[in-house]
Amino acid sequence: MTVPKKLVLIGNGMAGVRAIEHLLKLAPDTYEITIFGAEPHPNYNRIMLSTVLAGSTELKDIVINDWDWYKDNHITLHTNQTIKKIDTQRKVVISESGMEAPYDEVVIATGSKPFMLPIPGADKEGVIAFRDIQDCEKMFSAAKSYKKAAVIGAGLLGLEAARGLLNLGMEVTVIHKHPYIMERQLDEAASLMLRKELEAQGMKFLLSKHSASITGRGRVKELQFTDGSHLATDLIVMAVGIRPNVDLARSSGIDYNNGILVDDFMNTNMAHVSALGECVEHRGVAYGLVAPLYEQGAVLAKRLAGVETAGYAGSVTSTKLKVSGVDVFSAGRFIETEGSRALRIQDDMAGTYKKIVIRGGKLIGAVLFGDTADGASLFASIKSGESIEGREKELLLGISNDLLGKSGGSASRLENMPDDEIVCGCNGVTKGAIGDAVLNKGCHTFGELKACTKASASCGGCKADIEGLLHLFAGDAVGESAKEGICGCTSLSRDEIVEQIQSMRLMTIKEVMHVLDWNNKEGCSKCRPSLNYYLGMLFPEDYVDEKESRFTNERYHANIQKDGTYSVVPRIYGGVTTPADLIKIASVAEKFNVPLVKFTGGQRLDLFGVKKEDLPKMWEELEMASGHAYGKTLRTVKTCVGNTFCRFGTQDAMAMGIKMEKAFERLNAPAKFKLAVSGCPRNCAEATIKDLGVVAIDGAWEIHVGGNAGVKVRACDLLTTVKTEDEVMEWTGAYLQYYRETAQWNERTAHWIDRVGLDTVKKALEKQEDRLALVERVQKTLSLTTDPWKEIVDNDELRKNFEPIAGPLPV
Amino acid sequence: MSKLLIGKLSDIDVRGSRTVRVKETEIALFRLEDGSVLAIENRCPHKGGLLSEGMVCGTVVHCPLHDWKVDLHSGLVKDPDDGCVTTFATEIDPDNGAIYVVI
Repeated sequence: MTVPKKLVLIGNGMAGVRAIEHLLKLAPDTYEITIFGAEPHPNYNRIMLSTVLAGSTELKDIVINDWDWYKDNHITLHTNQTIKKIDTQRKVVISESGMEAPYDEVVIATGSKPFMLPIPGADKEGVIAFRDIQDCEKMFSAAKSYKKAAVIGAGLLGLEAARGLLNLGMEVTVIHKHPYIMERQLDEAASLMLRKELEAQGMKFLLSKHSASITGRGRVKELQFTDGSHLATDLIVMAVGIRPNVDLARSSGIDYNNGILVDDFMNTNMAHVSALGECVEHRGVAYGLVAPLYEQGAVLAKRLAGVETAGYAGSVTSTKLKVSGVDVFSAGRFIETEGSRALRIQDDMAGTYKKIVIRGGKLIGAVLFGDTADGASLFASIKSGESIEGREKELLLGISNDLLGKSGGSASRLENMPDDEIVCGCNGVTKGAIGDAVLNKGCHTFGELKACTKASASCGGCKADIEGLLHLFAGDAVGESAKEGICGCTSLSRDEIVEQIQSMRLMTIKEVMHVLDWNNKEGCSKCRPSLNYYLGMLFPEDYVDEKESRFTNERYHANIQKDGTYSVVPRIYGGVTTPADLIKIASVAEKFNVPLVKFTGGQRLDLFGVKKEDLPKMWEELEMASGHAYGKTLRTVKTCVGNTFCRFGTQDAMAMGIKMEKAFERLNAPAKFKLAVSGCPRNCAEATIKDLGVVAIDGAWEIHVGGNAGVKVRACDLLTTVKTEDEVMEWTGAYLQYYRETAQWNERTAHWIDRVGLDTVKKALEKQEDRLALVERVQKTLSLTTDPWKEIVDNDELRKNFEPIAGPLPV
Repeated sequence: MSKLLIGKLSDIDVRGSRTVRVKETEIALFRLEDGSVLAIENRCPHKGGLLSEGMVCGTVVHCPLHDWKVDLHSGLVKDPDDGCVTTFATEIDPDNGAIYVVI
């Protein structure tokens, strides 16, 4: 066994410890870890300090990793130890009290220091910052003996401090040098709304004021301003900003500017010395928000674990905050400048405001006040740089064009609906049951309603009606929906998850759940299959499919029926078979006493009522792939007879269909997908209600996409018209791969196209080089697929799972 | 009450399940990641779905028919549905991996 290397982390804060957590998951035994913290506490959530000050939580509630965590992970933790120097020659770190610790790798994560205005009197008693638990304690004790408090700085931290001091019963005045508050996060309109709200809560403001000096004998008495005015106060909290803490770099000969200088892999200029968090400067930027620090931590952890990783490329940040109970959000460049235009909507009654800033057809910034539910999706649009042309109104109003264009009356329709009418057909939920849940069971959000009644919990086709009823019954009491993630186990959206998987190269479902902080560590039947799909889609060569995270049908490769039996659908390419194959299917059906044989909607034969233990034997005797008639994969390619026999047919639809089915069989996708090929515009294969349908016209092929004949019927849109069979294959492959890469789990192409827009799909496939790149990726994935039935037939260890355990023995 | 020898640990995949019939009752046995084996009646109280075919998340199995969630320890159905499934005590012989069920 190799001796673990020594890793020393200097700084027991959020950024450093998060990197360690990540490292432990990637390479648990590689390092012997020692952590030095200057504070007496284990690692706590500094962002939540204001809640401690507000009195709603205690220190123990905001501890991220308690003492046991360090013990359980064999980490040596030294608290109350400030490191004063790293001796890079001897490879040891030295603390102020003289303690030494050797290292092979050392990580500096000393965070930042509050910036104290260098004005006369700033060293007097009663002048403090708002940065750690100790500062909170000073505020608690000041509130016991004194009345008046002043906060310098009306940024988030200042306002949180002020709110906390109000809670402690002090009179609070906030001083700000700028004419409006929180100018870094808000535009003037939103800032004004916030100030009104805070004034209503009792906060006083002195704006456009510059502090000159602090007077008082021993303890602060008065704050003097440059304009000659002054303010009597007993406590001054300075919240004017933070500075990266570079003391240690300075004393150890490590390069720094505003922060400690690091490259994309968090290396400093000194070998084996890394740094991350608020103490560093990366590409000229020092971050003070948590998300970028976690991204840095992920890169550092991977490097230390020896896992290949792309470098950290900097972060686009957004701010979503709750200031004294008011939600505010901003992202990107939200102040309009020349060349950009802003759309805004303001409702003074409801206390909400929304502004979006657009440049060159793209969203570049946004401000939300009062209602920040759209923050995440706006931020995603900003980051993706996608065109939002034509959707501006939709983004501003938060309603889709469909709804805008729809004639009114949906509310009155719901009002007039009788109580016993079923709204959710899948789960048999009536309008009355929804009303009962809202009025009597306190369900005031869509999520609560879904959890309580199961309405819209299956196919989701009734979502709009359920939301309408929620508004009808709850009126103004409709709660702000908590941000809904892909399932109840996480608040992250599909795009956020996929992005994190890619950027951190998370390779297993478990790792994703741990690193992305699933609130249910075991996941559920929604997130596990989706993560399994995303990982397989992103890393087709490296990811090992987790069959335990697949639904029954895909685990046993047959379709479970309501009585627990299965059905078997032999693959019949293009719906074209031979007498010999039919005889074989018939004789197998007879031999295994199959009670029902039926043609499926997709022109295949379905053998129903098969006992699970008979499945492998049937597959063995059939010697045919058992078509994936159930999985989230290519189902069938339906065909008409084409020009082979039909007097109208213009092209060989059967050959085209067979070719397509052979090319794309076994391809996993976010949802099932069905193809069809019609030989002429009479469209006997009903190709224009398929996920992709090909319709032959004289001398060419039309490719139609995004159709569905299921829950909500949707006719296809014409994607393109091509001349040759090869082009049909190229477009189909590219379209399917683009769908695989961008759709949400369980999202059929019809919903996907409605969501992303036909134009987006057209644009993505417009250039041949883009199509060929997509085709290459789909081919790579296809080349790695195998026939699951053959695998089971040939492998006793897999076969055993189809059999019950032989009779039990009494003991 | 009688104790029955069902089989050995290696008969069941980790995070997998097998079934066994004892007279009229079909029992589903689940082998969890922590090495334990839990046994419940193989019938969802909703529409009789075979729980052995469901997805196991932690100590909960999701019925494959309509996604009802059954706790494998208590047999209780989780919200928003309710109901109960019979559970059976299990023992594993640490020496040879033999699985016993008490009925």
